[in-house]
Amino acid sequence: MSDKVTAYVRTEMLEEKAPPSLNTGPLGWIRENLFPNWFSSILTLVSLWIIYKMLVAFIPWAFGGVWNASSLNECREILQGVDAACWAVIHERFWQLMYGFYPDHLYWRPNLALILLIVALVPVLFEGAPRKLLWISVATPFVGPWLLWGGTIWTPVAAALGFVVGIAVYRLTASALSNLAGLVLGPLAAVIWWILLAGRFSDLVSSILPLGIEPVESRMFGGFMLAITLGITGIAASFPLGIILALGRQSNLIIVKTLSVGFIEFIRGVPLITLLFVAQVMLAYFLPKGTDFDIILRVMIMITLFAAAYMAEVIRGGLAALPKGQYEAADALGLNYWQAQRLIIMPQALKIAIPGIVSTFIGLFKDTTLVSIIGLADPIGWVKFIQADAAWNGIVWELYGFVALVFFIICFSMSRYSMYLERKLETGHK
Amino acid sequence: MSEVEFDHHADRSRMQVSDEVAIEVVNMNKWYGSFHVLRDINLTVNRGERIVICGPSGSGKSTLIRCMNRLEEHQEGKIIVDGIELTSDLKNIDKVRREVGMVFQHFNLFPHLTILENCTLAPIWVRKTPRREAEETAMHFLEKVKIPEQAHKYPGQLSGGQQQRVAIARSLCMKPRIMLFDEPTSALDPEMIKEVLDTMIELAEEGMTMLVVTHEMGFAKEVANRVIFMDAGQIVEQNEPEEFFSNPQSERTKLFLSQIL
Repeated sequence: MSDKVTAYVRTEMLEEKAPPSLNTGPLGWIRENLFPNWFSSILTLVSLWIIYKMLVAFIPWAFGGVWNASSLNECREILQGVDAACWAVIHERFWQLMYGFYPDHLYWRPNLALILLIVALVPVLFEGAPRKLLWISVATPFVGPWLLWGGTIWTPVAAALGFVVGIAVYRLTASALSNLAGLVLGPLAAVIWWILLAGRFSDLVSSILPLGIEPVESRMFGGFMLAITLGITGIAASFPLGIILALGRQSNLIIVKTLSVGFIEFIRGVPLITLLFVAQVMLAYFLPKGTDFDIILRVMIMITLFAAAYMAEVIRGGLAALPKGQYEAADALGLNYWQAQRLIIMPQALKIAIPGIVSTFIGLFKDTTLVSIIGLADPIGWVKFIQADAAWNGIVWELYGFVALVFFIICFSMSRYSMYLERKLETGHK
Repeated sequence: MSEVEFDHHADRSRMQVSDEVAIEVVNMNKWYGSFHVLRDINLTVNRGERIVICGPSGSGKSTLIRCMNRLEEHQEGKIIVDGIELTSDLKNIDKVRREVGMVFQHFNLFPHLTILENCTLAPIWVRKTPRREAEETAMHFLEKVKIPEQAHKYPGQLSGGQQQRVAIARSLCMKPRIMLFDEPTSALDPEMIKEVLDTMIELAEEGMTMLVVTHEMGFAKEVANRVIFMDAGQIVEQNEPEEFFSNPQSERTKLFLSQIL
């Protein structure tokens, strides 16, 4: 190599050019993604052939099926040996798969509750929705269950008053004693209200002013209505509980930390189905004699606790991903712990944790099918009931396929929403 | 380290040091576990002083200024800021933090909030300033650091130098009486160091009490009225900048200066 350097000076800067046409457009896409080399081309062709074979088998079976028949045998007679689906079972038992034994003249109540729920979710899920809808979001947790179970209007009012009691006690003790005392005594007062006083309050007021709608017992609940009820309450309750547990696990207060870690590790170490058996059989032993604790409520509590433990770990992952500088900047500006959590830490940690949070939600919703094992009539429970009926004995694919399809639609929507949310919250790298 | 050329030369006649004490550190010691990180620190800062703290990495200079708003806890001795002693009492800590602004090496802007929201957050929630007033103040300081047009962008869309200037504006929005700078230019490209230092010079001219941990010796000569050299957790030497650079006394200081200048 010679030591001589070839001097060079650029006299004009280069203009931007379009990329070569082979790399763009649909043809470019196909070339790059389907046939980049001989091995990938073979894989593409084999995959296309498998997909073709599956569709050729599936489409005539699914779309050539029978929709009107009153039993499996009738289906077979109509089909005369052609291998096709017997959708008639879905047609005939549709309302049971959807509502269980819920009285059919009251179907409007779960329907209204669902509409209310959707309206309530709009301002929570989408920015730019009218803020006044938030009032519906606040009222739905009380009005929704009342529509489903019916009974006196004073039960949801008493439940709502628990929050008023809790907040009032928090305000009083926080200003008179300390913030920490308020945070302990406020929730405690609310729990005491719910367990000891709320029932008496609603009995008393309804004896004076009986206002109510026809009550429906829990054993009448079933089908997707039950699955959605369990799923929604589980999701709505496990999320805040998970945040509290995640913060508790990071706390400097040793008792709070130990309790949080103990709870999370215990719940994660136990299968959900054992917790559901506990809810079914054991919980009655721990409660005061004579308390009639609804089976659906017990199951809801167990599902919520189970999901909350997983939620706490997912959120802890989000918290751990935040740089320490964010806490320091919040501290240095003089924000207190709760302000820093609410304004700085949680918005970022939850954003990071969105995929995990939504996975937990989806898992929770699908896990509601486990309640069929303890005798609740969720969609899977109903599939078994229908199969036990002599008219439909032997039918498998159509029922499970239908249940799977409905679950898929709901879970897929949640997954798409989470992707929308991630895109919306993207504000560039840190 | 190369020295930055300043467009704007500091007008030292406007930088008045008063007799009033802003920060007093008395016999302060700090340990990380069993590691003695700060040893017997004594330091008095008067209102209006601009102090540059330098020293090799690991000498405890960042830890020292982080003790002054209790991002770090000290175990022995006293730190009194604006007449308030820093103890484990949360109320005192909150009071001090309201009066003391801090600028970090890595800016630590809140990436999920716009520039304007970054600047108004603390005034609204800590000082309970009405939103409109907080926004006016924020725009005033963003103009001062020369980026009002970025107010509605997110931190991720700004260059490092711009982000650091926003961080300075964010601190100023709390109307602090003391500003702490923890290596404010160490994470910046050379082209951006100057714009941040210019902002800091202007701040000094307005009489802000400043403690600056930095290796920018040009800044120290331009602005500081005192330079402190730290090594192994102790204050080794302090002097006026001219004397400090032209006639360092300790061997340790001489070695340090010969390596960075």
